[in-house]
Amino acid sequence: MSTTDRDPGMGMIVKTVARWLKGFILLYGIYIVLNGHITPGGGFAGGVIIACAFVMLTLAGGDQHGLQFFPQRAASSLDSIGLLIFLVVGWLGTWWASGMFFENFIATPSDARFELFSAGTIPISNIGLGLKVASSLFLVFTVLAALRLTAHDDKEAEKR
Amino acid sequence: MVEILGALILLSVVAAIVAVLTPNILHSVISLGAVGFLLAIIFIFLSAPDIAIVQIGVEVISLVILVRATIGRQAQSSETPGHLVTKVAGVALVGVIAVFGIRMFSEFPKFGIAVMDRFVDAPSATYLRDGLADTGAPNIVTAVLLDFRAYDTLGEAVVLFCAVLGALTVLRRKARVETEKSEDEPI
Repeated sequence: MSTTDRDPGMGMIVKTVARWLKGFILLYGIYIVLNGHITPGGGFAGGVIIACAFVMLTLAGGDQHGLQFFPQRAASSLDSIGLLIFLVVGWLGTWWASGMFFENFIATPSDARFELFSAGTIPISNIGLGLKVASSLFLVFTVLAALRLTAHDDKEAEKR
Repeated sequence: MVEILGALILLSVVAAIVAVLTPNILHSVISLGAVGFLLAIIFIFLSAPDIAIVQIGVEVISLVILVRATIGRQAQSSETPGHLVTKVAGVALVGVIAVFGIRMFSEFPKFGIAVMDRFVDAPSATYLRDGLADTGAPNIVTAVLLDFRAYDTLGEAVVLFCAVLGALTVLRRKARVETEKSEDEPI
């Protein structure tokens, strides 16, 4: 028995609204990640919002719907890649620059402040953290939704 | 300003008490959500929008997970008839914590007074003064999180990574289904 039979998701209105909204939520999350060094927000907040978009898709369209857009294998790879980006940024500070871990080795000229491409390594770290947080929160959500189904399976097994 | 904050904190305390006392587990989860969103509003009033955004997002996700985990499940009330000694000990413990808490909070600086700003060499004063010149990031919160204190953030990310690893290992579905099948087949 596949899970799609058991969890078809919500109604047509909810599915349509979720399909229209997912792009806007993703755009807002990416905006918050990329502008983390200028406006409030950052990698963690933006990653949580990106994960919210996929959680909404999973809730509206059933268990497999969110996984179609963001497969579990891709999520676990992105989880590791995000952490690796962050680590490599820190390690490059020791290797390339003066020798401090997380040295901000890309200098920002004073006329480039308040621009998108400024603040040295901070936007790169933000992107890594955003990838990491988005994929790990989505993975946790998927796994916990699966836990609910397995508990259901256990109950059915007990009935049999 | 302080009155609004006091009212919000009072509301969140009421919601927390409701979350503890209500017998229905779904009502309890929703009251917990009310506490979290009131906390987000309090952060906005304290002019901390960075934390407010994170609080709202995490609150939404954790609330969805909790509601999905608890919905359609009977609450198992774990009410045990309290012994007199345990009741007295609990009340005494709460009293001791209250006395020491009131003493401790009366020693704190008054609300809205930045004590560390008075020291020229204090880290917070240095970050505020030199943060933009050193890092080039106008958002001082991100500058502290990802440049001055990036080591802390690395630890935080590793903790999240380990938590996801543990959750995936314990709760994965595919392996469990396969073992069930292999156990079923010989029969």
